[in-house]
Amino acid sequence: MPEVIGNFRNALLASDKDAAIDILDKYLLKHTPLDFVEAIAVKALDEIGTGWEKGEYALSQVYMSGRICEEMIDRVLPDQSGQRIDKPKMAIALLNDYHSLGKKTVYSVLRAGGFQLIDYGRMETEDLINRVLEDRLELILISALMLSSALQVKEVVRKLNHGSEKVKIVVGGAPFRLDRQLWQAVGADAVGYTASDALKIVSSLQGGKTNE
Amino acid sequence: MSETEMSPMQRVFTTLGHKEPDRVPLFLLLTTHGAKETGLSIKNYFSKAENVVEGQLRMREKYNHDCLLGFFYAAAEIQAWKGEVIFKEDGPPNSGEPFIKSLKQIKKLKPPVIAESPVLQEVLKTIRMLNEKSAGTVPVLGVVVSPFSVPVMQVGFETYLEMIYNEPQFFNLLMEVNEAFCAEWANAQLEAGATAICYFDPVSSPTIIPREIYRQTGHRVAKKTISRINGPTATHMASGRALPIIDDLAETGTGAVGISADENLRDVKQACRNKLAVIGNLNGLEMIHWNREDAKEAVINALTSAAPGGGFIISDNHGEIPYQVPDEVLLTIADTVHSFGTYPLDRLVKDDE
Repeated sequence: MPEVIGNFRNALLASDKDAAIDILDKYLLKHTPLDFVEAIAVKALDEIGTGWEKGEYALSQVYMSGRICEEMIDRVLPDQSGQRIDKPKMAIALLNDYHSLGKKTVYSVLRAGGFQLIDYGRMETEDLINRVLEDRLELILISALMLSSALQVKEVVRKLNHGSEKVKIVVGGAPFRLDRQLWQAVGADAVGYTASDALKIVSSLQGGKTNE
Repeated sequence: MSETEMSPMQRVFTTLGHKEPDRVPLFLLLTTHGAKETGLSIKNYFSKAENVVEGQLRMREKYNHDCLLGFFYAAAEIQAWKGEVIFKEDGPPNSGEPFIKSLKQIKKLKPPVIAESPVLQEVLKTIRMLNEKSAGTVPVLGVVVSPFSVPVMQVGFETYLEMIYNEPQFFNLLMEVNEAFCAEWANAQLEAGATAICYFDPVSSPTIIPREIYRQTGHRVAKKTISRINGPTATHMASGRALPIIDDLAETGTGAVGISADENLRDVKQACRNKLAVIGNLNGLEMIHWNREDAKEAVINALTSAAPGGGFIISDNHGEIPYQVPDEVLLTIADTVHSFGTYPLDRLVKDDE
């Protein structure tokens, strides 16, 4: 198994879609798509995310890996398959600024991990708060690149945690990675430093608890 | 100025020549703080060269650091390309939705005419005025966003990465247009009186792109573009790592590199010895909640790691200090550099001896 994970990881890092599809197709001869997601894809993406955090891989490799994986998993595990993980009810949004790479990467990685989530795209603070409440989300993932956008999370936390139903708020993006205290300063429930961190955080929240 | 005290210009050029000046030069790369200093909104502050000149001069007097910054904000170049720029009350103006909506647009893309861009003209006016006021004693820094990094704002980051990997034809076309504009914009700033050009190139960092792809793309672009710039350049990775590509950066013809707070300053300094001067690497985002002790400790650590032998300018890691960083922290940084950064470095703990 570690060999398959390693080969799949290397195919993703090289952005070699054909090699990645070949590995998937061979694996599916004896296993289910969900097995592939759990035993291969999630682990390979985690290795790539951890490698980026250590400075071994580049952000472009994290992004391209997520995109290739998302496309492959969408093919074998379509939304209507009934096999996608739909708990917690969640969405992802880019707050205020226009730099959507981080949001797109996390979205792809979560989809590649078999999760169901809504992509809100870019949203202003008030619109995001209203939409989260309307959709009765259990979890919102917020991506921000600019510091001023990251600081707006404080307002989102304040408004969303006003009622009795607490929405879990997970943040990510460069300001949070460079300042390791910022996620707590804005009142978020958890922070992801790599796209694959989102997989771990969301998995841990399936039972309603954070891993922080 | 005492007999042995150098002007900021002498200090900076001595260290760029890999020799020890009278003390370690300090670049506080402050942009939006000038608005606070002059009591203006950020939008209003950047609307006129006179405001920025006033802000820059006041901040140099207040912190006694070693440069004046002709830079407004990165998205000014996007404004010149007729793209959208969004002003904020508490941070630098940000580029809006990418103005290149389809890759086919690249075939017909024409670079901005500098003389017809109000914002670029204000930048040039600022540089001219800062140069006059400082009378050649303080370096005036101009800034360009590299042809390889500006597409993040032109087409959006995801589209750009996919273009680098999968659309070499469009990539090459875009680089051709961007290289021409970048060199022209850098040279216009040098002609206006900029002492050197900071070549912002975060996408070339191994944090963003693997070295093997960088060698075929950002490195090639930087070599071509920097050779067309008629003055000294410093390449800034804007929070990205630089250590794995130090030799590649030196090949581009740049004279200095701005590095990440994630990197070991001592290792980078060692790799750069006699090839590139090092600029960095105080964590600008952490500065927001630093107290005086934190600031002093961070400065002393940086000086201990990189000041011996010259070739070092102490600065932040991103090339722009966030608006939220309190003046008290900046004053402590400046005071500590002035107290502990004087050569010979007797006041620093020689922890490796």
